[in-house]
Amino acid sequence: MEITSPQFKQNSRRAMQDPNLQKAMGYVRTGFIERRRIAVEGLPEFDRLRDSARDIKNHTLAHLDLYLEAYETKVRGAGGEVHYAETAADARDLILGICQRTGARTVTKGKSMVSEEIELNDHLEANGIQPIETDLGEYIIQLRGEPPSHLIAPAVHLTKEQVEADFRRVHTHLPADRDLSEPTTLLAEARAILRERFLASDVGITGANFLIAETGTSVIVTNEGNGDLSQLLPKVHIVLATIEKITPTLEDVSQILRVLARSGTGQDLSVYTTFSTGPRRPGDPDGPEEYHVVILDNGRSSMLGSDFQDMLRCIRCGACMNHCPVYQEVGGHSYGSVYAGPMGAVLTPSLAGIDKAGHLPNASTFCGRCESVCPMHIPLPKMMRHWREREFERHLSPKTVRWGLGVWAFVARHPRLYRLATKLAIGTLYKFGKLKGRFRRVPFAGGWTRHRDLPAPQGKTFHELLAERKRAA
Amino acid sequence: MSARDAILSRIRTSLGATAGDAGRRAIVISRLDNAPRGVIPARGQLPTEERIALFSAMAEKVSASVSRVATDDALPEAVATFLRDTNLPAAIRMGNDPRLRGLPWYRVPQLAIAFGPSDGSDMVTLSHAVAGVAETGTLVLTSGPDNPSTLNFLPDTHIVAVRAAEIAGDYESAWGVIRARYGKGEMPRTVNLITGPSRSADIEQTLLLGAHGPRRVHIVIVG
Repeated sequence: MEITSPQFKQNSRRAMQDPNLQKAMGYVRTGFIERRRIAVEGLPEFDRLRDSARDIKNHTLAHLDLYLEAYETKVRGAGGEVHYAETAADARDLILGICQRTGARTVTKGKSMVSEEIELNDHLEANGIQPIETDLGEYIIQLRGEPPSHLIAPAVHLTKEQVEADFRRVHTHLPADRDLSEPTTLLAEARAILRERFLASDVGITGANFLIAETGTSVIVTNEGNGDLSQLLPKVHIVLATIEKITPTLEDVSQILRVLARSGTGQDLSVYTTFSTGPRRPGDPDGPEEYHVVILDNGRSSMLGSDFQDMLRCIRCGACMNHCPVYQEVGGHSYGSVYAGPMGAVLTPSLAGIDKAGHLPNASTFCGRCESVCPMHIPLPKMMRHWREREFERHLSPKTVRWGLGVWAFVARHPRLYRLATKLAIGTLYKFGKLKGRFRRVPFAGGWTRHRDLPAPQGKTFHELLAERKRAA
Repeated sequence: MSARDAILSRIRTSLGATAGDAGRRAIVISRLDNAPRGVIPARGQLPTEERIALFSAMAEKVSASVSRVATDDALPEAVATFLRDTNLPAAIRMGNDPRLRGLPWYRVPQLAIAFGPSDGSDMVTLSHAVAGVAETGTLVLTSGPDNPSTLNFLPDTHIVAVRAAEIAGDYESAWGVIRARYGKGEMPRTVNLITGPSRSADIEQTLLLGAHGPRRVHIVIVG
């Protein structure tokens, strides 16, 4: 996975000065959060369903080898093929091999984050096969040569004017004076162009939200219907999914479905939840003739049994990023990895290494909103802290941070010194700040005061206030 | 070692498990065999008529339209009326499904009917659902020799008939119907849960209907 996470600070500084991005991110701040709240409040059992969903995933992960075997047996029984890939490169080659064997020239794709993770499109293109993203957001970012900036809304960082400019740049066969000023005309144009692509496609590639061990079924959850057209019309359907998508039964999937869309888009259920089991059956009038599942590990089996196992419960709903004050400001691209926001801050270091992705678990205020809205109860702040600890242990943190933490640790371990130091610091700040109540500039705190004032303390330390309160009581 | 064996072995190492552990295997087999139900929302657990009313209300909430007829035989006229009322051409495509094909279509001679899968040129298609799910206004459709999946995704308008008696409260009841028909652990090639017409909010979070699938879903409840 090619990442620019080491440049997180530069990326986010640029993002915060980008007026288009800031306008687009405004829709995230209002839309997703309010819709999720309404959907969750409308279902009294929501919290119990979250517990249920968490327990299902924990149970599955604890028996993952056996459920994988059961799943594989059922897929083969239904006439499908199962392929295993240890690495991203293995998965790319497996998929390319299937495309080449079937003589494919174009591939239509449903939205798949794993496909982004393994950079499948570049590999297919380099080998003369044209991949076409068909989710509207994915189609737009493919035209722009960008990675997605959000799990379920990949083009959420763009304004409609930017999309219009891209359509005019690429769709040059259409009249130049056509009206593309509204999202509805943009959608109509993309629909017409992609409809042709669907009908001419040789291979359809989709991800999977679930792989069901009970029945050998892959499940995709979409709103547009593009994933369905991708897998229904071509001769060959390839499902690309990672090992942790395994879910035991139809009942278990139903539990998780009830929290998935509500957490993501705020819908009670997405428009299309499609269960696919093997290729076209005898007598079927449509459907693919070949059905392949590529099951990818890419580092996940090593997360099992580690501090990061809980991350494998993630169902990619996007609630953590929607609610993250850092993500809302800097957008998905600043994270420099296909997985952004809090879930990306935990997952990217697991996949790409903490040496490259060290900034991401630090890009958090630890406000805890991500964990509080996570439908799978993933302790995201705790795991970001684990990554910070590992970064520190491996001497990867910057010198100033290490020095600062060292001073803090020394002072914190010497209570008298601590009390003296805090008393002095607070007393001084109080003395200089009491008139205005805030500081516009403080020595060594430029990172804070450049963007906002530092409130002046009220003059007494916590210990002093506590002692006063005890005396009064 | 094959990629498969390498991955399985790494999983077992990480979990501290062994391949031959009969206890773990028994737990997995039991869950797959028994498929325990989890939390079922109370919302859909209603007497028949209230359940049908909830199904209709939830479907309308996601921009589907709903009408109701008393018997199967009334379906052709209901379809023709819907097409006329919405200014759609009097032409539909449907599968060779005996449940649909055997209806008195002769009563609506103005309606042109085609059968079999769609190539994308049909404005309106008709399918029947094997179940409805009241909790979210969801239709459950299965593929098969007489039920092309293309009818669900390629037209502009998708009309779906569902029997009132087959509208369940929850998804789990719909799985019961599928298992009764195909056997435990077996599925038709495709099961489509459809909840309203196709939509996208990918541009500036503006919700638009008719992204790649049907712009309009009309449900006819029969019975």
